[in-house]
Amino acid sequence: MKIYLKIWRQKNANSKGNMVDYTLEGVEEDMSFLEMLDVLNEELISKGEEPVEFDHDCREGICGTCSLMINGRPHGPESRITVCQLHMRSFNDGDTIVIEPWRAKAFPVIKDLIVDRTAFDRIQQAGGYISVNTSGRPVDANAIPIEKEMADNSFAAATCIGCGACVAACKNASAMLFTAAKVSQFALLPQGQVEAADRVQNMVHQMDLEGFGNCTNTGACEVECPKGISLENIARMNREFLSATVKG
Amino acid sequence: MSGLIKSSLARKYVMALSGLFLVIFLVLHVTINLASVISPDFFNEASHFMGYNPLVQFIMQPVLIAGVIVHFVMGFVLETQNKKARGSVGYTSYKGSANASWVSRNMIYSGLVVLAFLGLHFYDFWIHEMTYKYVEFNDQDPTRYYAETVEKFAPFWRTILYVISFVLLSLHLWHGFASSFQSMGVNNKYTPGIKKFAKAFAVVVPLAFAFIALYHHLNPITH
Repeated sequence: MKIYLKIWRQKNANSKGNMVDYTLEGVEEDMSFLEMLDVLNEELISKGEEPVEFDHDCREGICGTCSLMINGRPHGPESRITVCQLHMRSFNDGDTIVIEPWRAKAFPVIKDLIVDRTAFDRIQQAGGYISVNTSGRPVDANAIPIEKEMADNSFAAATCIGCGACVAACKNASAMLFTAAKVSQFALLPQGQVEAADRVQNMVHQMDLEGFGNCTNTGACEVECPKGISLENIARMNREFLSATVKG
Repeated sequence: MSGLIKSSLARKYVMALSGLFLVIFLVLHVTINLASVISPDFFNEASHFMGYNPLVQFIMQPVLIAGVIVHFVMGFVLETQNKKARGSVGYTSYKGSANASWVSRNMIYSGLVVLAFLGLHFYDFWIHEMTYKYVEFNDQDPTRYYAETVEKFAPFWRTILYVISFVLLSLHLWHGFASSFQSMGVNNKYTPGIKKFAKAFAVVVPLAFAFIALYHHLNPITH
């Protein structure tokens, strides 16, 4: 396959970036998208050019590191996968592929396709934890019976890998799906009740401080989330926040 | 409570509650308007009651106007903040249609058309009414409303503007009505039913408004 690439190149956080065109030949349809970028970088390095910087780590869809906007969609054209799980068979010979970093004020570009996602870390640090000792001494977490439906919903929320596709897809660059998933995974469990009110208030407050946009319920985040995190979590966060704030 | 006032979630609640309030008002409005097609006498009676009842005039009407203002001011605030949140550089390629409906992504535009329509509608009916009562100090006339309404829809251009606005109102409600439940934290086993009802409402109510405008345009009062 021969493909034409338009890739965002930006030297550092302070410089102005621009789209740069590359042509890549000999692309195999069984290559993953990241392997295709590896091949491009090998070529660039052999020509003495600066390789394209992009985030990647586990390459098996669980770390949430690979964060690319591909042809206008986070993680590319397929559903429920990350970029590392995307293969070149999803494209055709002669295609032009536009690759850009996540765009959000709260996710500034560090270099090329890499953005700073520590805003998510700070939201998590604001309340995404429990202080109950569950080591088995003195409290065994498994000793508390939990309804199957509650446990399932909590686990579903906890599958959020914090990749940021929700922010990238949302026309408002809103981080509500991420924050809601992190609130929900604890809000649904008895172990999460101790700090429930503080958690939702502090995490929402931090989300606002980071400069993410407001949710207008377009549902783009849910569609593009590689883990299929449901909008139900945002509704749960809205309930939790209202109840926590009104009760004081 | 101070946290609530400053929060992004508070803005969602305000949009949702003011929107739901305006939806309830639409039900009342379309019901009275339908009377103008079915029974001109009843329409005159209902309009006279709405026009001269102190509770409606001095409590409900200001609350309604406040509801409209809050809804559109908050809409502008949200839109401005959301535009800023994308950052200084936007996407070269962004396929919004791949993951969200056109209507949900363009609420500001459907809202602006409805707002512009409200300007015309206020000019046509509300300002006329205020002038009749509080500027010219005319005597009460419980029989005038039907004829005045039909007369308004005589020009083709006004009828068409009204119908176009109702189409945009329909699009606005198509996303906004069901969305307000999600904003208030309601997403459960009843949600599919709520969405169906909201979408039916978004079609039926504006359709009824459009029908009334067209009916009066096509059936002028002949003396």
